[in-house]
Amino acid sequence: MPTPHNTEAAATMTTAVLDTHDVAGGEAHHTSMPIDNRKLAIWTFIGSECLFFAALISTFLVYRGQSLKGPGPKDIFSVGLVTGGTAILLFSSFFVVMALNGAQEGNRKKLLIWLSLTVLSGLSFVAMQVYEFQHFYHEGLGYTTNLFSSSFYTLTGFHGTHVAIGTLWLATVLKDAWKGNLPKEKALNLELAALYWHFVDVVWIIIFPVVYLMSLGS
Amino acid sequence: MATTVLDPTHSYAGKRHVIVEWLTTVDHKKIGILYGASAFIFFLIGGLEALIIRTQLMKPDNTLVSPEMYNSLFTMHGTTMIFLAIMPLSAMFFNFFVPLLIGARDVAFPRLNAMSFWVFLLGGLFLNASFLLGAAPNGGWFGYAPLSSRQFAGGLNMDFWVIGLQILGIASLAAGVNFFTTIMNMRTPGMTLMRMPVFVWTTLVTQVLVLLSFPVITVALIMLMADRTFGSSFFSWAGGGDPMLWQHLFWVFGHPEVYILILPAFGIISEILPVFARKPLFGYSAMVFSTMLIAFLGFGVWSHHMFATGMGPLADSFFSLATMLIAIPTGVKIFNWIGTLWGGSIQFKTPLYFSVGFIAMFIIGGLSGVMHAVAPADLQQTDSYFVVAHFHYVMFGGSIFALVAGAYYWWPKMFGRMLDEGLGKVHFWMMLIGFNLTFFPMHFAGLLGMPRRIYTYPAGLGFEIYNEMATAGAFLLGSSFLVFIWNVIKSSRSTEPAPADPWGGATLEWAIPSPPQEFNFPALITVHGKDPLWDTKRAAGVSRLPEPQVVSGKGIHMPGPSWWPLVVAFGILIFFIGFMMKDPWSFPFRPVTIFGLAITIVGIFKWAYEAPDAHAPQH
Repeated sequence: MPTPHNTEAAATMTTAVLDTHDVAGGEAHHTSMPIDNRKLAIWTFIGSECLFFAALISTFLVYRGQSLKGPGPKDIFSVGLVTGGTAILLFSSFFVVMALNGAQEGNRKKLLIWLSLTVLSGLSFVAMQVYEFQHFYHEGLGYTTNLFSSSFYTLTGFHGTHVAIGTLWLATVLKDAWKGNLPKEKALNLELAALYWHFVDVVWIIIFPVVYLMSLGS
Repeated sequence: MATTVLDPTHSYAGKRHVIVEWLTTVDHKKIGILYGASAFIFFLIGGLEALIIRTQLMKPDNTLVSPEMYNSLFTMHGTTMIFLAIMPLSAMFFNFFVPLLIGARDVAFPRLNAMSFWVFLLGGLFLNASFLLGAAPNGGWFGYAPLSSRQFAGGLNMDFWVIGLQILGIASLAAGVNFFTTIMNMRTPGMTLMRMPVFVWTTLVTQVLVLLSFPVITVALIMLMADRTFGSSFFSWAGGGDPMLWQHLFWVFGHPEVYILILPAFGIISEILPVFARKPLFGYSAMVFSTMLIAFLGFGVWSHHMFATGMGPLADSFFSLATMLIAIPTGVKIFNWIGTLWGGSIQFKTPLYFSVGFIAMFIIGGLSGVMHAVAPADLQQTDSYFVVAHFHYVMFGGSIFALVAGAYYWWPKMFGRMLDEGLGKVHFWMMLIGFNLTFFPMHFAGLLGMPRRIYTYPAGLGFEIYNEMATAGAFLLGSSFLVFIWNVIKSSRSTEPAPADPWGGATLEWAIPSPPQEFNFPALITVHGKDPLWDTKRAAGVSRLPEPQVVSGKGIHMPGPSWWPLVVAFGILIFFIGFMMKDPWSFPFRPVTIFGLAITIVGIFKWAYEAPDAHAPQH
């Protein structure tokens, strides 16, 4: 049997017994930690993405030097091009910080200039990678040519996809900013895209030495 | 999120057609019920597969099903029970009860939550649709390459498996982000982390496991899909690849996955025992930290699934020791549950029966698990029915017993009707006896040398009696769920409403009406301890709180319904189906994939710009 019903207490409303407070009176939205839900979610997602790239990079490393036939990294990599792409991506992280600064200050001009530069950098990186892949393909490195090509294209291709998604996201925020829909109270909308953008950048900082420089050195 | 007043008359409930309402709902309680209903149907399908398997193995040299069909049956049984039954049944409780237990009005991202469900449902239907094409997956639930490679699995069978799991992974990851954020950030005032109910803790840790392990299987599945669809050689010796890489990546995911299946069960049991022992959970902080330790160690033991692959004495020793270490935090839990019951004023209700059954069955499964940790012993047991017995004791004796306990415990809160105690106890005894009759003999069959995954066996090896017992037990076990269904039907026909707090509970969900109103809590509750309702009752000097009143909810703004989660889910499904079309290496020109991608992108943009107040931070 459940505990007997206390008729005396039934007269009292539950809300009077429980320690409640009325949020319907327009009280500010409550979060348990001093961080916005969306920002926490992006950080969580980034944590998860770390394992995604860790698995891809591990696969690339496990299969380093295991290809049965060429061309190998030394036959094909052109460090100049990819160094340029790396520089563009690194600078874009600086650009997006400036854009966010502009958004938080409510400085529309600063926001638009730096955010446009960020989107341009993203587009340039994707263009660099498309050119690089085409170049490699014409040099005889198809997706299924050997283990190196499969693991290289999978790893850098997924990174490139992330860059493309980040660029699309930033371009969407840029469109909002252009229309005047990004007042400083909504600067978080840009900050979220910027967080993701920095992460994509950091992954490339690992991929560039591990995939390109180490392959050329060994 | 959804606590600010915008429009005092804003309520979406009851204004739309009932089907539209369910298709577009973002209410965590409705989504929880959708998870539960879908997962229970998948559970019955998986159970039916098990009964066919048991009928085939009832006697030697049986010919009920072909060897090919048998491969599909055990593959789909395992895949279904893990990804389409236990995980989403846990998700039902996450969805329905985590917001209630932390005193919130919804999850952090209600539309993302709806998307998780629809992606899960479509992925599950997609996997099972393979039966209609006569191409059900047939390479085992862990899809070992090269058994899952194009060379040895030519048809669409393993394509269904690879793509189905990719789709389901998206649902799990989205839910992982959502529930992690919800629990960290949406707790009611006063509910510090160390005051959260243990079920909320195990949910939180489960989401961390999902977030860190699913990306790894995603990468492995991408590479297997590339091997199968585009002809790369990630897992093929012929191209220099190594099938062992698949095993490592799979089990880096696969072992945390077993904790994803069992930790929510630990949480449910930790909620039920104190209520029916009438005393607080014994060793709360030890319970919390042992959960974290199990999860942490769970990432360092994956290779104990691979002792038979010959990794060498160093690796074998490391993984043996790490595996044995997990017995310590798990043992802490067992003793704490027993400590909770010890000296309590025990209320012999159905949820308690299943909980105590859980403890006993899980101990048996845990002990045989420690036996596998001894690498030399494992070499004798691996791939035998001993292993089948072990993991059914932890997955069924553990997870399913706890999920059923949770169903009986929380049913009145979810549906506003009590389940029948008498039928519940009949269900329990049939399930307990049927379960042990099915799986205990498998220990002996395995030690006698009966391998798993064989479609039949010759007479005279001494396997007969154990298989006859197991088959009889399986039918008893299966029929115990008919009693459950009968109980559900009976309860739905009952007109007597369940009280708000039928068991004398300690946690916040019992402070509100059964079933809860759309907004859960008319006003946020401030908690001052681990057992807020018991604290309140003690302070008020009553053994039971008055029935909470149903209130109008005027002035409470809840997020609006949305079609876009469903649209995005369909987009994701179509995107992946595109990869099954057989035209090797023409990726940019796969029309179905592009079409699915277009739907997904349009859906996401429509979603992002729909009703910005539903997601934007509110001030």
